Amino acid sequence: MTALRILSCGPGVTVQDGGRHGYLRYGVTVAGPMDALAHAIANRAVGNREDSAALEISLGGIELTAEDGPLTIAVAGGTFQTTLDDQPLPAAVVATLEPGAKLRLRAGAAGMWCYLAVAGKLDLPAVLGSRATHARTGMGGVDGRMLQAGDRIAVSPPGRGAADAGTIVAPLLDRPADVIRVLPGPQQDYFAEDQVAAFLAGPWRISPRGDRMACFLEGPTLRHAGGFNIPSDGVAMGAIQVPGEGQPIVLMADRQSTGGYPKIATVIGTDLGRLAQARPGTEIAFRAVSHGEAVRALAEQRAFLDAPIGIEPLRRDRFSSEFLLGRNLVGGWIDARQPG
Amino acid sequence: MSDVAAAGPVFLDAGESALVVEFGRSVDPAISDRVLALDAALAAAPPEGLRELVPTYRSLMIHYDPLRLDRARLVGLVEEQLATASADIRPGALWTIPCCYALPHGEDLAEIAALLGMPPERAADLHAAARYRIYMYGFSPGFTYLGGLPEPLAISRRARPRPPHDSKVVLVGGGLSAIASFAMPTGWYVVGRTPERLYAPERASAFLFEPGDSLRFEAIDPTTFAALEARADAGEVVALRTPA
Repeated sequence: MTALRILSCGPGVTVQDGGRHGYLRYGVTVAGPMDALAHAIANRAVGNREDSAALEISLGGIELTAEDGPLTIAVAGGTFQTTLDDQPLPAAVVATLEPGAKLRLRAGAAGMWCYLAVAGKLDLPAVLGSRATHARTGMGGVDGRMLQAGDRIAVSPPGRGAADAGTIVAPLLDRPADVIRVLPGPQQDYFAEDQVAAFLAGPWRISPRGDRMACFLEGPTLRHAGGFNIPSDGVAMGAIQVPGEGQPIVLMADRQSTGGYPKIATVIGTDLGRLAQARPGTEIAFRAVSHGEAVRALAEQRAFLDAPIGIEPLRRDRFSSEFLLGRNLVGGWIDARQPG
Repeated sequence: MSDVAAAGPVFLDAGESALVVEFGRSVDPAISDRVLALDAALAAAPPEGLRELVPTYRSLMIHYDPLRLDRARLVGLVEEQLATASADIRPGALWTIPCCYALPHGEDLAEIAALLGMPPERAADLHAAARYRIYMYGFSPGFTYLGGLPEPLAISRRARPRPPHDSKVVLVGGGLSAIASFAMPTGWYVVGRTPERLYAPERASAFLFEPGDSLRFEAIDPTTFAALEARADAGEVVALRTPA
């Protein structure tokens, strides 16, 4: 059976689909991609449903190959260094991975997370309806854990081995993280007005402590108006909680379902991936927006994802013609609305 | 005293895709009743675009797709439900959960009894004699928060978390009791362990309780624990459910 074989793998690489939905009320973490837009684009570029299971690659990087047949793959998210048999590829690309060919992704100029989608379906068992990995509770993905060298993931059935290959045209992926938009609340009234202003102004530096669960921010110390313990309530992705010490924490994909610290604001849906892609040391500020503005941003992203994904032929000045012929790389458009 | 807002709940945004309907600010059965009544009403007739409902102590978080369900319309639907829904809520089932307080399971029972100035047997008896309300799940899959801890057992959580406990432990701390499915470090005290699996993904019902159900513990000895655990691990539900 056609399969992906992991040859080497850094820490933090997992399988993620659109997330484990419907069980938050039982304390089950959603998980899913840190950068949902990049994950969706990679899937659409190979003709998959946008919430299909794909590999989320961390800065630890990965090296893999195809076994028992060719696979059409797409890479998107961040600016990683991607090579196919040591030939450099663009950071967002569709290509054919022949059996034995070596695809390598390594940390590049920018970004924290990169997605590798495979045309077809990763043959992994669903846990509570999802293949998203939540390593802390051992759910989903490959045995509920991060990927490691030697893992083999069957692709069943592989998507049509479309020869269409090239650079993915996705200007929405080019997004600096300097200003992150938030909706105030749900508990901004646990802070005096000057503290909310201090929160927005920052500047905040992204701490190296972060992981899939949370993004820790370093900056001015925020003071609570009263206490900082509240009866635990629901936590949305992007909730910015402020514990007693006054340094905010943005709760991300692997967050717990509920929490007991006041949440001063919530990062809007379209800006979650931008924040997730910002490296430790990046300086950011927040800007408060209205609910309407957040929904308009979401609608714009939705329209982009619902349109066909553009694939441009690879530029010959960067690749030898022999290599291009060998890889059968030609330009084309994939109608992303038609799942393969 | 209940602090149920007389003027109705407060609507709070948690980003553009989640709405918090908050009925009060404290842990209170009357507030919880209102949360669960709204939860049940929306679950019975979910509007297009509603994604997920998360009831907690004093609020209901409604996850929704704002491109399919307009916020103003959602608020209107909730207000309509609150105006028309009867004050009665679905009476919850009563669960009887086996619990072994003896060692090696009730690891911290002696410690908490010493802190509270009573013999360990007395602490176990008090814990098993109470009837608890299942307020909510949170923290990790199947982690159940229980109200109704007898006053003599009320104790703050630990200043510093203890090393990881076993799976399926019964906890006390912060004036509450709880059951934890997963092994992890905790600031709570481990007073016993249940052979029942509160999270079993391969079982037809992966989770047993609904928020609003009641629960009592039945003390068992280590031999009974071992026998029941073997049955539970084979897929059987060893807790007893009494319909309301």
